[in-house]
Amino acid sequence: MASVIEGDSVLAIDVGSASTRAMLFDVVEGRYRFIAIGQSPSTAHAPFNDISAGVVEAIEKLQETTGKTFIDADQRLITSIQEDGSGVETISTSISAGAALKIVIAGLLSDVSLESAKNLAESTYARVVESLSLNDPRKAEEQIDAILKADPDLIIIAGGTDQGASQSLQKLIEIIGLACYLMPDDKRPAIIFAGNQEKDDEVRDLLEPLSSNLQTTSNIRPSITTEDLGPARAALARAFVGIRKKQIPGVEELDMWAGGRALPSVFAEGRIIHLLSKLYGPEKALLSVNLGASAATLSIGFNNCLQTKVYPHLGLGEGISELLQHTSIENIARWLSNDAPHQQISDYIYTKALYPNSIPATEEDLQIEQALGREALRIAIETARQELPDDVPVIKKNLLPLFEIILAGGSIISNAPTYGQSLLILLDALQPTGTSTLILDQNNLLPALGTAAEINSILPVQALESGAFVNLATAVSPLSSARYGANILKASIKRADGSISTTVLKQGGFEVIPLKAGQVADLNLQPQNRANIGYGPGRKIAMKVGGSALGIVLDGRGRPLDLQSDDNRRKELIKKWLWTVGD
Amino acid sequence: MLAPVSHNLALTTIIRKRLLPVQGEVVVKLNQHILATDTVAEAEFSHKHHLIDIAHILGIKPSVAEKMVSVRVGEKLAAGTVVAKGIKVEHNGRVVAAGGGQILLDISEKPFELKAGISGEVVELIQNRGVIIQEVGALVQGIWGNGRISSGTLHVLAEKPAEILTAKQLDMSLRSLVILAGSCQNAEVLNTAAEITVRGLILSSIHPSLLGLARKMPYPIVVTDAIGNQAMNANAYKIISTNNQREKVTVNAEAFQRYEGTRPEIIIPLPHTDPPSTPRAVEIFAPGQKVRLRRAPHAGATGTLENLPAGLKTLPNGLRVMAGEVKLNSGKQITVPLVNLEVLG
Repeated sequence: MASVIEGDSVLAIDVGSASTRAMLFDVVEGRYRFIAIGQSPSTAHAPFNDISAGVVEAIEKLQETTGKTFIDADQRLITSIQEDGSGVETISTSISAGAALKIVIAGLLSDVSLESAKNLAESTYARVVESLSLNDPRKAEEQIDAILKADPDLIIIAGGTDQGASQSLQKLIEIIGLACYLMPDDKRPAIIFAGNQEKDDEVRDLLEPLSSNLQTTSNIRPSITTEDLGPARAALARAFVGIRKKQIPGVEELDMWAGGRALPSVFAEGRIIHLLSKLYGPEKALLSVNLGASAATLSIGFNNCLQTKVYPHLGLGEGISELLQHTSIENIARWLSNDAPHQQISDYIYTKALYPNSIPATEEDLQIEQALGREALRIAIETARQELPDDVPVIKKNLLPLFEIILAGGSIISNAPTYGQSLLILLDALQPTGTSTLILDQNNLLPALGTAAEINSILPVQALESGAFVNLATAVSPLSSARYGANILKASIKRADGSISTTVLKQGGFEVIPLKAGQVADLNLQPQNRANIGYGPGRKIAMKVGGSALGIVLDGRGRPLDLQSDDNRRKELIKKWLWTVGD
Repeated sequence: MLAPVSHNLALTTIIRKRLLPVQGEVVVKLNQHILATDTVAEAEFSHKHHLIDIAHILGIKPSVAEKMVSVRVGEKLAAGTVVAKGIKVEHNGRVVAAGGGQILLDISEKPFELKAGISGEVVELIQNRGVIIQEVGALVQGIWGNGRISSGTLHVLAEKPAEILTAKQLDMSLRSLVILAGSCQNAEVLNTAAEITVRGLILSSIHPSLLGLARKMPYPIVVTDAIGNQAMNANAYKIISTNNQREKVTVNAEAFQRYEGTRPEIIIPLPHTDPPSTPRAVEIFAPGQKVRLRRAPHAGATGTLENLPAGLKTLPNGLRVMAGEVKLNSGKQITVPLVNLEVLG
């Protein structure tokens, strides 16, 4: 069949803290497809201290897989298709490698503009290291010294509603200006001004000569009750890449390959979630989670809005020991089905922090790594859930909202030896409610699609439809207050061959109804004992479902998931759940 | 595949660049022989300032106040100096900014001092920023350091790589020495070492609960192998233990910073004729290389990389990875994920 689109091949490069990936997308039979991936350990850190070696190695692995040539003998990219078929037409690139940015936030009121500045900072790989506001009791010189001591990569200034008072903001800007003035030229931070728009020109006059890169963007708090992070997020993405170019050798060249369109991976990922959210319609909520080495990231799309959260303290790479500041070894150990002593878990965490690229080589270590993943993801979703807008649909307060689609990536989840293990990590950590489709981004393609979307809007849509992602399962998680062992759901499935089977889910139970990828069936869900699957207590629903790697999973284990306090009983149950999904 | 290297070398040429975080003054000379604890450069890099807001104090407009101020940037002012209409300076300081009716003083007491971190010869001066220092000797890189630097005579206390150090082993005869100890598993050991004022502790491993206390210790601590309880790798133990009683042994316990590239290390200056070549920081995995295993099983064990089979291997836990076949020093043959290996060299 002739090609119906004249598309370019796209080489997408994603540089993470632990891995660098080179992914090829090309047109096959008239539609874009994900072709192959090459992966290598990242080289942003010592002793390499240059991302180029990792990028070249990832591309070389891609060359081995595809038989195509993208770089010449001098390791230069071949940027157009040659007569011999070598080269690539378009490059896109995303990056999450590097230490979290140190950000100083400044705003007028701590629970208004400063809160919005914090929300903006948390939408990228960053840590807020200092904050200034009107409520700050410190003297001006103490604030200046605090900024100097924080040695920020970036300062975000918010504050003042548009057309509102501006004198207090002026004071903050002067303090920041003085602090920047005292820094050596090569240490001056980037600055984003996202406050009262009437101050833009003044800010530019005062701070532009004192900053490595000043961007003014629309007010993130245009009124007391409204927060609008959209345009500022784009400014933050540009600032992030600019900072990385200064910090990490090789980023500048990679950005040049990509025509100056490099993006933070989380920003690119958010772009796809936003796009999908629009496709699915405003009433359906989408969740994307990525458990990476540098951070745990969440993107939530709902009602045409995007919320992105990045938690560097929950990354499973060099910062993994920080996890212990947010949970306990006991909480991690409760996800294990073996008898690993707490000391072994602790040793595992510190070794992983020293060698973030390393992987578990034993069954015991794999279980510990997956337990750490569950705990990090559980804390991330719990933190993000508390900041979700009120209008996201829920069955019950304090539980995960009803997410139609849940996309998951990050090596612990996507590289698990079996799909069952991947699924169980997600169900245990996220604890979805109602009916959700769980999709595995096995090759961590989302950032690549997000960067490619900027140059080619058809590619992400067609690649998503092309089976580049693994449809893991349709999970049905009823909410019920029935006693343990009571029937809570009757699921009847009518397959294309006309056969009908019925599965009864009990409170505390966990069942799988196989339905292979490519198959379609009619599913009737009839809650029992006033259980709720998202349509009201006891209300039944009939739907068409597509097949997937694991089929339909009925999760009656309760929300929140009640892990048995009896060690032996809990371990037996975990083994049973794993066996049910095919360990 | 690219391979990270951990330096465990009995004799090598060590070259280290030391740079100020900001521009300043280099205070050593070319070809000067220095100790690890010597200051090589200084900079005014203050985080202590005092702001005098004359307009605010006098209740006048900044433009009016500005005309009353006659100090210049760079001028040093003594406490009590009058800067405008009866307004006195409270601290000794240097004017770093003046304008708009305000004066900002740097009131820090001493400049930032950059330590050499390695004994040796200054082989290059980097104008206003720092130096390059060269030394010939043994080099062992560690995995954790408490941020301090010192040097002294080496004393081998651990008779085996797997020993656990006890407080009883530490007495006044070890005062002012750099001690090769084993694993540290209790706080008493660290406190006793501080009491007898050791110059440095070289540990194979340390219990994670002791990391906070170790950071507070006044002497440098370098951990060579693991956070937890693990023996010292055989190569490192052999290199250090065969240099018992060597002088000017540097324990540079810089924190291991992946992105900055700093790493704790022990440097033992050794006599030499011709300086040997400098070690390579990065290698490509190849058969014949000496390697150390980073992860269980056999974490910390050393051996020889014998073969690099093509394609992916399935581990006992089901993960599929690129792997290498390693013959451990014990003679055992195992398959290890390449990402769990580092080359010793």
